[in-house]
This record gives sequence, C-alpha cells and structure tokens, in this order.
Amino acid sequence: MELALFVVLAVIAVIAAAGVVVSKKAATSALFLLLNFCTLAGLYILLNAQFIAVAQVIIYAGAIVVLFLFVVMLLSPDKEEGKDRKPYTRIFAVFLAVLMLVEVGYVLFTGVLGGTTGQYTPEKIAEVGNVQAIGQVLFTDFLLPFELASVLLLVGIVGAVVLAKREL
Amino acid sequence: MVPSSYYLILSAVLFTIGVIGVLVRRNAIVILMCIEMMLNAVNLTFITFSRYLNSLDGQVFVFLVMTVAAAEVAVGLAIVVSIFRLKETTDVDEINLMKW
Repeated sequence: MELALFVVLAVIAVIAAAGVVVSKKAATSALFLLLNFCTLAGLYILLNAQFIAVAQVIIYAGAIVVLFLFVVMLLSPDKEEGKDRKPYTRIFAVFLAVLMLVEVGYVLFTGVLGGTTGQYTPEKIAEVGNVQAIGQVLFTDFLLPFELASVLLLVGIVGAVVLAKREL
Repeated sequence: MVPSSYYLILSAVLFTIGVIGVLVRRNAIVILMCIEMMLNAVNLTFITFSRYLNSLDGQVFVFLVMTVAAAEVAVGLAIVVSIFRLKETTDVDEINLMKW
C-alpha cells in the first residue's frame, strides 16, 4: 500500500519536473512546478513529516508559485527565440547532468549511508504530535538558526522592495 | 516499508532534472523555477534521512531551507524584474554587458 502510493507520487513528481524543463511557455512551467510541489507534499506525509508537508503546501505551492505566476504575467516573456545557442551545448549539458546522476547512484548503491540514530522514533513523535515535537527541537537545539532565519526574512523583504522600486 | 534508497534515488532524479533545466533553458524565470526544484529535491533527502534515522533534525533543517528559499525567490524575482525594466527581455543570453 505504501509502496503503491510512493510509486504513483514519484512518477507524477518526475513527469511534472520534466514538464517544467520542457514547456515552451513560462506559465505552463509554473503550473507543472505547482504539481511537483504538491506531489512532494504527499511524499512528505508518507515519510511521517506532516508539519513539513503542510508547510510545503502553504509556503511553496501557496506563496512561491503564486509569486512566480505574478512575475510571469507581468513580464509576459513569450519571445523564446533570438540568437540560438550552438546545438551541441544542450546535449553536453544533459550529458553532464546524467553523469552526475550516475555518480550519485553509485554512491547510493555502494556507499555506506548512515548517521547517528536519534531517539525520535515515530511512536515517540506520535505521543505528542509532529508539530509539538518539531517545536521542542526547534526552540531548544535550533534556537539560533531560528532567530537568524527571521533576520534573513527581514533582509529579504527590504532587499526585494528596494530592488523593485522605480526610483530610489 | 519502502526502502530509503527509493526516496534517495527519486531525490537524485529530481535534482538532475533541475540541473538540466538550469543549464538548458534561457528564460530567467524558468531558471529560478528549476533552482527551486533542486532545493525541493534536497528537502526530500533531508526528510528521508530524518525518517530513517529516527531524528527530527532533518525536518527542522528543511523548515529553515524553506525559509531561505522563500527569501531567495523574492529577491531573485525582484532582480529579474529590474533587469527586465532595463533591457526589455528575460533571456539570460542577452545579459552580456560584462562579456569581453
């Protein structure tokens, strides 16, 4: 059951990712990206990360894709022609990327993948709920990154407003 | 239970598709979309390891990665908009003032 769900979601995610790269129009790419994000949220639920799944839908599918669509509609970039690149650059790029995939696959199948095992088994998380468990870790062990993330968001807001103004 | 290598292979494939998109496409906005896809592939790896090592550090890290990605998309799109105001194009091959 879990395997069937994983296979369905994985196939849809890969097809949507390919759709992002292959689409002619930028708006179609944004919609394929939305599908990719939603299938990834489903995969996170399969991996017992319910809070991250909901955060994925809210942040990525609900804010970032909307922002992309706004910019795509504003700039209406439909002129994809122009000076074409030499034909071998695309093939070389795909070859390099596939080479990287082969490397990663090699490490996956022959390397020893592991780390220090923690104590948050799914049963222990289910006692208090996923959100509370993440909160316990976030506000004790990861307090400094959390505060720095809020500073980073402030910097991002100020930067985006300054960059997009017509006259400073 | 699904073996962890299945999720890791899926994450590697999504990352590779993102890399191909960044290298092949010429529209700056689609390149930013493919960067977001790469970030999501890495998020999937983190959550996979968080599940199979019984740890919550991966999920907290993914939370922070999402924060960084949101800020990066906002600033990146602001840069694309201001370049578009200057050159009326989003084609990255046209942004070649510093080319010698």
